[in-house]
Amino acid sequence: MKGMSLRRLALRAGALFLVLIFLLGALVAWLNVRGEHALETSVPTAPASSEVIARGAYLARAGNCMGCHTTTAGPEFAGGRGIDTPFGIVFAPNITHDQKTGIGSWSADEFWRSLHHGRSKDGRLLYPAFPYPSFTQVSREDSDALYAFLRSVPAVERANTLHALRFPYSTQAALAVWRALYFRPGGFEPDPGQSAEWNRGKYLTQGLGHCAACHSGRNPLGASGLSAQFGGGLMANGAWYAPSLASPSEAGVQRWPREQVVRLLKDGVSAHASVSGPMAEVVFNSTQYLTGEDLDAMARYLATIPVVEEPPARPGTASEEMMVAGQQVYEQHCAACHGDRGQGVSGMYPALAGNRAVTLASHVNLVQQIRQGGFSPTTAGNPRPFGMPPYGQVLSNDEIAAVATFVRQSWGNVASPVSPLDVLRVR
Amino acid sequence: MKSFFSLLLTASLAAFTPRALAQSTPAASGATAVVQNTMAQRMQACVMCHGQEGRATNAGYFPRIAGKPEGYLFNQLKNFRESRRRNQAMGHLTRFISDDYLRDIARYFSSLDLPYPPALAHRLSAQQQKTAEELVFKGVPDRQIPACASCHGSHLAGRLPAVPGLVTLPADYLVGQLGAWRTGLRAAAAPDCMADIARRLTDEEASVVARWLSAQTLPTGTKPEAGPSPPLLAHCGSGNE
Repeated sequence: MKGMSLRRLALRAGALFLVLIFLLGALVAWLNVRGEHALETSVPTAPASSEVIARGAYLARAGNCMGCHTTTAGPEFAGGRGIDTPFGIVFAPNITHDQKTGIGSWSADEFWRSLHHGRSKDGRLLYPAFPYPSFTQVSREDSDALYAFLRSVPAVERANTLHALRFPYSTQAALAVWRALYFRPGGFEPDPGQSAEWNRGKYLTQGLGHCAACHSGRNPLGASGLSAQFGGGLMANGAWYAPSLASPSEAGVQRWPREQVVRLLKDGVSAHASVSGPMAEVVFNSTQYLTGEDLDAMARYLATIPVVEEPPARPGTASEEMMVAGQQVYEQHCAACHGDRGQGVSGMYPALAGNRAVTLASHVNLVQQIRQGGFSPTTAGNPRPFGMPPYGQVLSNDEIAAVATFVRQSWGNVASPVSPLDVLRVR
Repeated sequence: MKSFFSLLLTASLAAFTPRALAQSTPAASGATAVVQNTMAQRMQACVMCHGQEGRATNAGYFPRIAGKPEGYLFNQLKNFRESRRRNQAMGHLTRFISDDYLRDIARYFSSLDLPYPPALAHRLSAQQQKTAEELVFKGVPDRQIPACASCHGSHLAGRLPAVPGLVTLPADYLVGQLGAWRTGLRAAAAPDCMADIARRLTDEEASVVARWLSAQTLPTGTKPEAGPSPPLLAHCGSGNE
């Protein structure tokens, strides 16, 4: 008797469990498709007007589509570039209108659904390395212009590279759960209390510009925190730190004259800053092509991002031995251009004294800059930049740590010391 | 006294640099040097490895770039930018540079006319020297290996518009390049003639020809050869830009 009722209880519990699992699955499934409408699947036969195509080309620049969908010197928009993430490598697909390997069979509706809902033509869920959490804000009109432009680009037959993701991230089920937790399809809602320019700036920054994809940081599951928007974070591959746009001591421009923000995005250099690393790529491939009005609009919006300042940390003081070693490296290799007091040379070499890129809490960018050197991106406003040697070729990790520490704790700069182990850990 | 000390320090730092190649860093000209708005100043990024004004010698690994044909330097800068030629530092340095500025850079270094370093003892056996000189001046027609001099100029100082000079380049660099061509880590625009030739050389031939070329010198003022391209170059991707 007793055994019988126990068995019945277990059966009931099991059934309940199965029902719960089913309901949870149904909820996840529903969360993944909610808000979608029936799709028109036919492909236009006539090409769009040249104005629409030109606008699409401009928007493709604003979204830096080529940044991922074109490999170095590869055919435009034919895909293949790998995006290194903590979960494996996601390869950008071919988005030329090739019928077999590209998106030639996609309708404008299906293209819109990929931007807005993050789903492919065949219904597959897309990985958010394709920044649809940002692109979901792109207007239907702009989506259609992008679609028309991509149909005007030469079709290239190049089969997509399969993603190299680890289990369970490689499964659609994992992606469905991720999307249920972190993705909400949305649209851009203009703020009537703000100017049309400000709203345009917000639309570009949060939508096609997908600035949040890097500048908002990510949680361990790769989702940008909604509460810490533009709060900064390590890039997905860990090689660079995207500084906070909410903090004036990182990359926030709340206290900058607007024209300096425009210059930085247009020319790659401004009075007190220059772009490097992944942001150099953004300027080189994207923002230098944007109109002054659009950049000004973005600068208006960026200036209003609510300030979030971390309470000033008390950085440790470097040992005297390290400072002496750092000063020696500095005098031998750095002072000729950056000046004996880190003052730089106006218009040629950035000052290091008071330089936000030097004093970021994260030392990653400074170490990369010392290691790799390099040129600011060439732009119309800065066509012949001055370069920095790749000191990783001649300096040891100890020397890089010492000189990084020295510049972080000299001339009024206050930031934590950098150890040789810290340098070693930077990818 | 202070300057003596800093000199000593500089020397000892250079001596202990793990990869002893800091032939002349920007600061070597002294922290008091005035920064000028010149091409030479812009190119300080290059001279740490390639030597002041791009004059690297046969010591170390890095190739001399001063005086190489403009077309050759431009092609290489583009090859690095577009990953046909792989070198992490060069790839990063060229990544966000326009064709126009790459052209300026190539023109600047090609315009420099610097003396060649003196000849070195090559330490090749008589047989190895004979092999090297045959490859350089005669080639091995049976194996479709043309003489180096037939494209790189009769003095091996290069040929306009886009074939590099070979003498006084470090032997390690030359061996490295021949190896990179064979494995595909270095490529030129197709048809990639040099890749085909590199694959026809034996390891021993690649080594002796590199050592022989590295040990030669040329009179000051020797320039890349001008004149019509030999027939071989006419169909090569990199020969005529």
